[in-house]
Amino acid sequence: MEILKTYKLFIGGAFPRTESGRYYKLENKQKQVIANMCLSSRKDFRNAVVAARKAVEGWSGRAAFNRGQILYRIAEILEGRKAQFVAELLLQGSTKSSAEKEVRLAIDRCVYYSGWCDKYQQLFGSVNPVATSHFNFSVPEPTGVVCVIADENTSLLGLISAILPIIVGGNTCVVLASESKPLCSITFAEVLATSDLAAGVVNILTGTSKELHTHFASHMDVNAIIYCRENAAEIKAIAELSSMNVKRSFVWNKDWFKAENENPYLIMDVQEIKTTWHPIENIGVSGAKY
Amino acid sequence: MSKIKKTFASYDAAPENTSHIDLKAQYDLFINGKFVKPQSKQYYDTINPATEKKIASIAKGNEKDIDVAVKSANKAFESWSKTEPKERAKYIYRIARMIQERAREFAVIETMNGGKPIRESRDIDIPLAANHFFYYAGWADKLDYAFPNRKPKPVGVVGQIIPWNFPLLMAAWKLAPALATGNTVVLKPAESTPLTALKLAEIIQESGLPDGVVQIVTGFGDAGAALVNHPLVNKIAFTGSTEVGKYIQKAVAGSNKKVTLELGGKAANIIFDDAPIDQALEGIVNGIFFNQGHVCCAGSRLFVQENIADKVIQKLKDRMKTLIIGDPMDKNTDIGAINSKEQLLKINNYIKIGLAEGAEMYQTNCALPSQGYFCKPTLFLHTAQSHRIVQEEIFGPVLTIQTFRTIEEVIEKANNIPYGLSAGVWTDKGSKIFNLTTKLRAGVVWANTYNKFDPTSPFGGYQESGFGREGGVHGLLPYVHF
Repeated sequence: MEILKTYKLFIGGAFPRTESGRYYKLENKQKQVIANMCLSSRKDFRNAVVAARKAVEGWSGRAAFNRGQILYRIAEILEGRKAQFVAELLLQGSTKSSAEKEVRLAIDRCVYYSGWCDKYQQLFGSVNPVATSHFNFSVPEPTGVVCVIADENTSLLGLISAILPIIVGGNTCVVLASESKPLCSITFAEVLATSDLAAGVVNILTGTSKELHTHFASHMDVNAIIYCRENAAEIKAIAELSSMNVKRSFVWNKDWFKAENENPYLIMDVQEIKTTWHPIENIGVSGAKY
Repeated sequence: MSKIKKTFASYDAAPENTSHIDLKAQYDLFINGKFVKPQSKQYYDTINPATEKKIASIAKGNEKDIDVAVKSANKAFESWSKTEPKERAKYIYRIARMIQERAREFAVIETMNGGKPIRESRDIDIPLAANHFFYYAGWADKLDYAFPNRKPKPVGVVGQIIPWNFPLLMAAWKLAPALATGNTVVLKPAESTPLTALKLAEIIQESGLPDGVVQIVTGFGDAGAALVNHPLVNKIAFTGSTEVGKYIQKAVAGSNKKVTLELGGKAANIIFDDAPIDQALEGIVNGIFFNQGHVCCAGSRLFVQENIADKVIQKLKDRMKTLIIGDPMDKNTDIGAINSKEQLLKINNYIKIGLAEGAEMYQTNCALPSQGYFCKPTLFLHTAQSHRIVQEEIFGPVLTIQTFRTIEEVIEKANNIPYGLSAGVWTDKGSKIFNLTTKLRAGVVWANTYNKFDPTSPFGGYQESGFGREGGVHGLLPYVHF
C-alpha cells in the first residue's frame, strides 16, 4: 500500500492546512483523484503577508554573498530530489522528456540567479558626478513584500522563475501556485524549508486566482504584485486595485522555457533606487577634495 | 547682539530688475510647432501670488486640444524617433544653451508667476533646468551603453503633467530625458504657473526642433485627464499629489501605458546629539522653508534627539526670527509668497488642525505684506505620530517637531507613514549615517545636507511617494522599452 502525500500550504516556514478547511480535487487525465489541495482563503493570504513582512528585515539585511549561497543551496537540494519532481510532473500530465527538461531548467535557473545576488547592484547602481561638493551614489534596494500569481501552465518552472528574481534582491514573497498543476509548488516548499532560507521569505498558497487576485492587489501592506497569467480582466482589476497604495504592478506572462526570460531586469522590477548625498569638505585653493 | 538686530532690521529693499523681460498679454497653446488658439476660445488669468495682480491671459485647453496635440506628437514620432541620435542631441543642447542665455528673464518670470524668492529661481530652478537639458542631451547617442545587453527603443507619445512648485525645472526633468530617448511629448503645465513653460515653448520654436516633437497645452484638470486617457499616449509621467497619482494609476490600468509617478512626501529630518548643530540648523531651515515648503521632499517632520531638543528648538526659534518674509522679487527675501489662494487656505486649515490636535504652535512676529498670499514660518511642538499634521503632507512652511531617544525608535517613527520620498540625517558619525540611510525607506537620503538636486542624481520615491526615477542614468528607463 503506497502512502499518499498530503499537500498543505507553506506559510512562515511551516506547513499549515488552510484555515478555511476548504479543498479542491486535483485529478489526472483519467479523472482519478491525485490529491486534495488546500483552497486558500483571504485569511490564509493575510497570514502569509504577515509572515513575509516579518521576514523582510532579516532577509534584506543578509550579506548579498550569503543570499547567493542560499540560492545555490536550493539548487543543490533540488538536484537531489529531481526524481520526485519529474514524477509529480508526470502525474500532472507532462511527458517524460518535457518533465525532465522542466526540472533541469528549474535547477539551472537557481544557479543562474544565485550568481546575481551580489552582482546586479554593481550593474544598476551608480556613483553620480554631481556639480556641487557632494559625494552621491545610488543603489538598488528591495521594494519589500511582493505577491505573485504564478504561471498556470507549468508546475515548477514558472513558479521558480518568478520567485527567484524577487528573493535575489532581498524581497520576500507570497506566491499563488498554478491552480491546475499545484503539486510541485508544495514539494518545492519542502526544498526551501531545508535550504537555510529563513522562514517567511517565500510563502506558497494553492487555490484560485479568481478568488484571490483582488485580495492580493488590494492588500495595503504589499509593495508589489506580479501577475504571470493572461486573463485580461484580472490584469486590469489588479492594476486598478494596486493604485490604493501605489503598489508596483507587473505582468510577467512569459514563456519560462526561453532563456531570454531569465535576466536581471526582472530583479530590477522589484527594486527601488535609493540615492544618498553627503558633503565633501573642500581643502586648498585648487578645490582639491578629500 | 542689538547691533546685529539693527542691521537685519535696516535691510534696504533690493528688488530684481524686471525691465528686461518679455511677456505677452495673451498666451496660446503650443501645438505642432505653432501657437494656436484653444478650441474653446476661452482664456483664464494667471496672476502674481505676491500681488494678486493679473500677469497674462492663458489659453484654456480642453479635451479637443489635447486630441490635436497628441495626434501631432504621434505624427512627429515617426521621424523624430528615427532622427540620428547625434542630431537629436544637438537640438537638446541648443535648448539648454538658450535657457542659459535667457536665464535671468526666466528667473524673473518664474518668481512673478509662482511667488518663490528670486534668489531661488535665479540660483536653483533655472540653472538646474538648463543643466538637465545639457545632461540628457549627451545621453541621446549613448543609450546603448545605459542598459546592459539591451537595445533601448523609445516608447512613443509621452503625456507629461507637472506641478506648480518648480514650473520650469519640472518641465526640464520631464522633457529632457523624453527627447533624448527619441519620444515626442505633450506637456501640461500646472494651471497656476504656466508662464515659464510657455516661454520654454518659444525657445523650443526658436531652436528649430521639428514641429510636433513637443506640444505644451495649458489648462485645468480636464485637460490633464484627457491626456491620461488618450489612446495614442504610450506613457504618462506625472509629478503632483498622491491623490491624483492614484487616480492616474487606476485610469491607465489594463491599457499597456507605461507610468511614472513622483508624488507627495512627508520627510523625516533627523538630528542626533553628535550632529554639527549649527549646520544642522541651516539644514532644518532649508529643509522646510525652501520654496515656502512647497517641496514634495521637504523635511517637514523634524526628529531631534531628546537630550539636545531644548537647545536645538531655541536655536531654531532664534534663527527663524532672522528670516525675511515678503516680496519674492527682493534679493534679500528668504520666504516668498504662497503659490495660490487655494494653497494658502489649505495650509491655514492644517495650522488650525494642528492647534485643535493640541500641538504647541510657534510663529515669529514678522509682518506680512498686506497684499498677496503669505504664511508665517510655523513650528509645531509636542506633536505625536497620530497627529494629522505629522501624517499628512501640508506643502507649506509648517514644521512638526518630535523627539526621540534611540536610533531604533527614530527609524520606526520615520518609516511609519505611507510616503517614502526623502529623508535627512545629521550626525558626525559615518557608521551611524550608513546604518540609517540603509534603513530609511526613502528614495533620496541627504546626510548632513538637505534639498540638494542635480541632473546626474536619480530622484523619486518609495511606497506612496510614487515609482520611477528622474535624473541620472536611471531617469532614462521610464522612456524606453526593450
